[in-house]
Amino acid sequence: MLRPFVLHRPRTAEEACALLARLGEDAAPYAGGTELLLLMKLGLLRPRHLVDVKRVAGFDDIADGVRLSIGAGVTHRTVERSAAVQARCPLMASVARHVGNVRVRNVGTVGGNLAFADPHSDLATLFLALDASVELVSPRGRRELTLAEFVRGPWETARAADELLTSVRLTPWPASTAAAFVKFGVHERPTLGIAVALRLDGSGTGRARVVDARIAIGCVNPCPARAPGAEARLSGVALAELEDVAGEAAALAAASADTADDLYGSADYKREMVAVFVRRALRAAAARARGVAPVAGFPHTIVA
Amino acid sequence: MDASAAREPIHLVVNGRARDLAVEPYALLLDVLRDDLDLKGAKRSCDSQVCGACTVLVDGLAVSACTYLAVEADGRSILTVEGLAEGESLHPVQRAFVDAGAVQCGFCTPGMLLTTRALLDENPAPTREDVLHYLRGSLCRCTGYRKIVEAILAAARARGQASAPARVE
Ligand SMILES: Cc1cc2nc3c(=O)[nH]c(=O)nc-3n(C[C@H](O)[C@H](O)[C@H](O)COP(=O)(O)OP(=O)(O)OC[C@H]3O[C@@H](n4cnc5c(N)ncnc54)[C@H](O)[C@@H]3O)c2cc1C
Ligand code: FES
Ligand code: FES
Repeated sequence: MLRPFVLHRPRTAEEACALLARLGEDAAPYAGGTELLLLMKLGLLRPRHLVDVKRVAGFDDIADGVRLSIGAGVTHRTVERSAAVQARCPLMASVARHVGNVRVRNVGTVGGNLAFADPHSDLATLFLALDASVELVSPRGRRELTLAEFVRGPWETARAADELLTSVRLTPWPASTAAAFVKFGVHERPTLGIAVALRLDGSGTGRARVVDARIAIGCVNPCPARAPGAEARLSGVALAELEDVAGEAAALAAASADTADDLYGSADYKREMVAVFVRRALRAAAARARGVAPVAGFPHTIVA
Repeated sequence: MDASAAREPIHLVVNGRARDLAVEPYALLLDVLRDDLDLKGAKRSCDSQVCGACTVLVDGLAVSACTYLAVEADGRSILTVEGLAEGESLHPVQRAFVDAGAVQCGFCTPGMLLTTRALLDENPAPTREDVLHYLRGSLCRCTGYRKIVEAILAAARARGQASAPARVE
């Protein structure tokens, strides 16, 4: 049972922000409701007004320009099946395919996922690795923040109460990028998510080298974080040697991870798992770069 | 403003039949189906989108009716398990579940059937892996899933045979 509320369905971002500004703490943006309605059923949130963002013009657009822009109201399912996303950022489509379950993917949105800032978000981890940014709109205008600026902590973002997330944008990495997202967990939400993206120079020549590396660690920490030590270790490494260096980079990543004890496991266990899964993610990315399928079949593990 | 007073008219097609209702904005689709329309096939179990017992199809897409506002269904078409069979004759997916022994207590079955229906509409020839992927978040506490997966693969095969072009003699 839900407590009574009034549902507003603005057609423009201006209207939506004006409502949020006027209603203040009594209101919450509402997209798919896959998180919001759960919290409301539990009585953890009791907004008396919901401002539906799904009819706001442009919120369900995917724009494929120099940058790829995904509207806040786009569902995981639409991302998964979008030809533009599959072509320009196949890892994003693949991560979307493995969010929660099919019912959550059919209704849950990209904007709702990021605005909620659950530490167990796969999208935040992925977008951090891919240097994505988010656009926010308010009565004061529009602004763009990097993902690291936007996600401040568990369930905490830089969004002001009268601001709406309109889209997430990124410049797709070259098609030759070696990338993988590996997630692990026995619950509905993942226990661990690791995103790796390795920009390669001279790929296809047999002498490919990593020129830029991104490793993002999610779920085990208060908010997703990059692993700068591990990234630096990988820079300049030849593709052929990547698997040998993977263990060392993974240990550096684990050492940098800000893990905490919770129901998903102890801090020590999670740190150990970060090492294991960063290594697996690097090996998966390296395998793909060589045109072979990554090793699969690890228990409770999805290689996206 | 007294929110509780504000009912909203919605128009939906439920199992092929047009329905005009007035619902509160905070009414959940599951309660409207079960209490207002007396369709008890969809069940409330986890109430948090992890089990699939409340699954119904909205314009062909599987949703958790336990966490979906009834007003969102306005102008859409809803399929519940009650709408699967044609009179006395079972839907091929239902037949496959019966034949494979994929039903024990039956609590998960409506959700499993509708999830299968959505899967096969999207992907008429799924692999075992596709089936397992699609069934994530559809829990069964009785069967151990093996027979459910067999039933789904059998339903897909039966459908493939039924729709294969007739051989020219
Ligand atoms: C069972 C289950 C399993 C899940 N598994 C995964 C998983 O494996 N990986 C993963 O990454 N995620 C997972 N999720 C989270 C899922 O991705 C989110 O629930 C979903 O994307 C949220 O989107 P929504 O549109 O439903 O948001 P809502 O529930 O509508 O909103 C969520 C929050 O964001 C705010 N909000 C929504 N839209 C905007 C906007 N445009 N601007 C500002 N604020 C906004 C709302 O006020 C609310 O606080 C899971 C969720 C469930 C229920
Ligand atoms: S009751 Fe809705 S998913 Fe479990
Ligand atoms: S048959 Fe009993 S829960 Fe599935």
